[in-house]
Amino acid sequence: MKSNSVILSGKGVTKVFGFGAHKTVAVDHVDFSFRQGEVISIVGESGSGKTTLAKMLLGLISTSEGEIHFEGQLRDIRSHKQKKEYWKNIQAIFQDPFSSYNIFRKIDAVLLDCIKMRGGGKFPYEQKLALMREACSFVNLKFDELTNKYPFELSGGQQQRLMIARVFLLKPKILLADEPTSMIDACSRATILDMLMALRSEIGMTPIFITHDIGLAYYVSDTVYIMERGKFVESGSADEVILRPKEAYTRRLLNDVPKLHEEWDLSTV
Amino acid sequence: MAKVVLEVNELTTRYITRFRESIYAVDHVSLKVESGKSLGIAGESGCGKSTLALSLMGYYFAPLHYTSGEIIVDERNITGLDPDEVRKTILGTEISYIPQAAMNALNPTRRVINFIEDVIQAHRPGITRTEVYAMAKERFELLGLPAEVLHKYPVELSGGMKQRTVIATSVILSPKVLIADEPSSALDVTSQKMVIKMVMDLMDKGIIKSLVFITHELPLLYNVTDDIMVMYAGQVIEKGSAQEMVFDPIHPYTKALMGSIIVPEAGLRNVKLAAIPGTPPNLKNPPSGCRFAERCKYVMPECRVASVELQKASEGRAYRCLIPEEDLRKAYKHEK
Amino acid sequence: MKHMFRQIFQSGRFLVGFAIFSAIVLTVVIYPLFINDPPLEILSRGTFLAPGIYVNVYDSVNFSTRYTLLLDEAVARRVGARLNPDDRATMLEWLTGNGIPEAEIDTADTAALLELWHNNFDSSVRLPGMTNADRNYYIRLTTSLEGLLATEGAIVAAQDTATGGLTETDVINQTDYVNIGEVPNFRVLPLGTDNFGRDVLTELVSAAGVSLTIGLVAGTVATTIGLLLGLVSGYMGGLIDDVILFITNLFTVIPGFVLLILISFSIGQEQRGAFTIAVVIGLTSWVWTARAVRAQVISLRNRDHVNLSKLSGHSIAYILAMDILPYIASYVVMALILQISSGILAEAGLSILGLGPRTTEVPTLGLMMNWAMIYQAHILGKWWAYFPVILVIALISFSMNLMNTGLDQVFNPTLRG
Repeated sequence: MKSNSVILSGKGVTKVFGFGAHKTVAVDHVDFSFRQGEVISIVGESGSGKTTLAKMLLGLISTSEGEIHFEGQLRDIRSHKQKKEYWKNIQAIFQDPFSSYNIFRKIDAVLLDCIKMRGGGKFPYEQKLALMREACSFVNLKFDELTNKYPFELSGGQQQRLMIARVFLLKPKILLADEPTSMIDACSRATILDMLMALRSEIGMTPIFITHDIGLAYYVSDTVYIMERGKFVESGSADEVILRPKEAYTRRLLNDVPKLHEEWDLSTV
Repeated sequence: MAKVVLEVNELTTRYITRFRESIYAVDHVSLKVESGKSLGIAGESGCGKSTLALSLMGYYFAPLHYTSGEIIVDERNITGLDPDEVRKTILGTEISYIPQAAMNALNPTRRVINFIEDVIQAHRPGITRTEVYAMAKERFELLGLPAEVLHKYPVELSGGMKQRTVIATSVILSPKVLIADEPSSALDVTSQKMVIKMVMDLMDKGIIKSLVFITHELPLLYNVTDDIMVMYAGQVIEKGSAQEMVFDPIHPYTKALMGSIIVPEAGLRNVKLAAIPGTPPNLKNPPSGCRFAERCKYVMPECRVASVELQKASEGRAYRCLIPEEDLRKAYKHEK
Repeated sequence: MKHMFRQIFQSGRFLVGFAIFSAIVLTVVIYPLFINDPPLEILSRGTFLAPGIYVNVYDSVNFSTRYTLLLDEAVARRVGARLNPDDRATMLEWLTGNGIPEAEIDTADTAALLELWHNNFDSSVRLPGMTNADRNYYIRLTTSLEGLLATEGAIVAAQDTATGGLTETDVINQTDYVNIGEVPNFRVLPLGTDNFGRDVLTELVSAAGVSLTIGLVAGTVATTIGLLLGLVSGYMGGLIDDVILFITNLFTVIPGFVLLILISFSIGQEQRGAFTIAVVIGLTSWVWTARAVRAQVISLRNRDHVNLSKLSGHSIAYILAMDILPYIASYVVMALILQISSGILAEAGLSILGLGPRTTEVPTLGLMMNWAMIYQAHILGKWWAYFPVILVIALISFSMNLMNTGLDQVFNPTLRG
């Protein structure tokens, strides 16, 4: 599964909001290179700039400075057509499933969009139906019960699974998962993570997790980036970063999380 | 045996919807919290844990209605008191409650000290501002909060500081029981730790006698409370000490819940997380048998016949399942 | 969606507003089906006929069967109606001036007053300070009172065309009545006539219809412009936003009504049809809709569902139409209702200043107010010419605002309670 080719890399990527006295540097000259097939996690507390970075990677907001390279080429997504082409390669799952869907559009419409994006807009209806059924059964949802329903009629876990079905249809090369499990129950979390990992081997994509949960990062990823105030303070393999942290910030972050087998030291606050 | 501070017997409360349907969100729940002890309540969202927290105060407002059972705080039965009396004599002095978004309780246009004045004057009319200030300052310092906070506006404080301020205020009249419903879920790990430390301090310094702590984060619950009670579809499904509940669960649901814990500890990467298929039952129309039957791996035909009662198990534990505890443990061992 | 409609119709305020508004609209639609007179037809000679039933005198004398009804009060009422309060006051003045104690005179008791007058009045007696004109007035008064208490009937005579002599043809007794149903010509004027002698009710119904149409056109124009500019400006941001915001701010600082007056004035009386006025009102009142829509769109454009739509490769037009517009639709509907209501008020305001639609084609509520004001209905106390108009304007405005707050309660859960 692992290969050495770099799929997404960045040099001096920066995002500045506002100007003058109100200038805020959300992401401050970060460098990274994500290898194809690896599971990557970007861990940070709220306000660390991880979501801003994710939006830049997705091309939803522009970078203030720096370059992003996709598959070795400088990424150019100035026109709508270029963006559309880029979004065939990179997709996302957002944190709050309840606000991720347009509440006025039905579930089939959401899935049909994906088929259309993959060039299946002119497929006969039977074929589209078969594709949607396949995608839903991949995430353990019964498509025939979902037609004519709206996404908000499903539970949080089901909505997040529908999101994965969407990615299944789109087959992107990179999937940015922005806190995909933080709003859903612990028992559904395992299901979502299992499905994401199954999807990874099914379509051979590179998942990037954006999370504040250092436990989740350790559980899922090969490579972990720790982000603090817009900068990467530490990165490396998951075992290295989480079990043998070098930076004080990473150690503090680990120390502040309640654990099962180690004493939670409340005196260090 | 230590004195029981909070005792709840067979408490049932329900929501009445606009369409006159009853939803029994808390269904015959009994619990006991002794002096100096803390009880954790865990469960998926919608299992009734937050409703239980609200019901424990004895203060009901539509659409939540009291149905049956009793609540005894420090040998005083508070069931059936009218809401005004509960507000005057129970809330703040006997029981305090902190919801998840407690920090939003602060009025952004008034200083923290004005907020505290309101709280105290509601219970002790006639108290002077100097006395309030002295009281607040003493309590804040005891809890390690700087006294300057008292003169600040809420916008000048961070989320964690606001949350701690509200908690310190809610225990300013030294209630016997503190009910905390996800007090730290909206916060960063660092702020969460500070909030938790403060709640622990309240117990250690004897400001409160007992703590009821509600959260869906099991590692946190394990580190905070002495006992854990797991709820499912409005009912207590298992209870026992925190240690036993996490490392030796009896009920299949508890087992799965504990199997879904993720903490950054060595060896975790090789563990397969437990997943529970399906969704909890609709409480408008709960199934007649065991409420977990639909999602249970070990379901038997008998499970769906009649409702399952809470069974006594070893070491003062209880669980709601027809299968004997030894058989369940054996099955779990076999799976590994 | 269905749920939302059910909720809307559970809101008391909305229901009351909706009921009043529907009543007005239904009246506007149904009234012409029964009474289809042209609203601007001049019915009467003379202005400001009071509300009432007008019975044709010729018909009631000539055609109808007469019935005899013996009613006790008839004489007293007839006399009472003939003797107006001014006459009574002058009679009192003369009588007291001639030494009758004031305590003995009761001006309310018509029969006793006439009796007293009959016994005491003498045209040759001059009071101190009495002019000839005053004397003549008293003499006329006495003459007109002669026969008031008489019991014989009125004689109808026919004139012989050749000789010019009169022949008695009929006698109308004081106890004669006609059945109004047998009189072929009568006219009910529930709100009387206006200064031009037009039926106020028919005019009012027609005016309400025209004003509602003006409001609808003005509201639609304003909401469409505001919505489009707000959507584009809020979603696109950057330079486009700056330009649109600049234009919007420009319109914000120029008072809308002043602008409206200037535009109406420059169009000129002859060019101002009702439709033109409606469009002009719409063109000057889109500013607040644009600003509000822009603010809503800005808060929506960074939502995850919009991001997801972008990632699905949808174009900007599609995102605006499908991912933004439905979310602000309820808001836009509320803005539309307010715009309609303020459009009606703006028309009334313009017309009262004489800058409304030209007066020859259709009446509007504003024009009716303008006519009533120019012909001094308010000074003459002819309330029926202006008060019903004010009431209709107020009811339209009130019902629309009620519907608006009712909708607000449904769409904005923080206001429910």
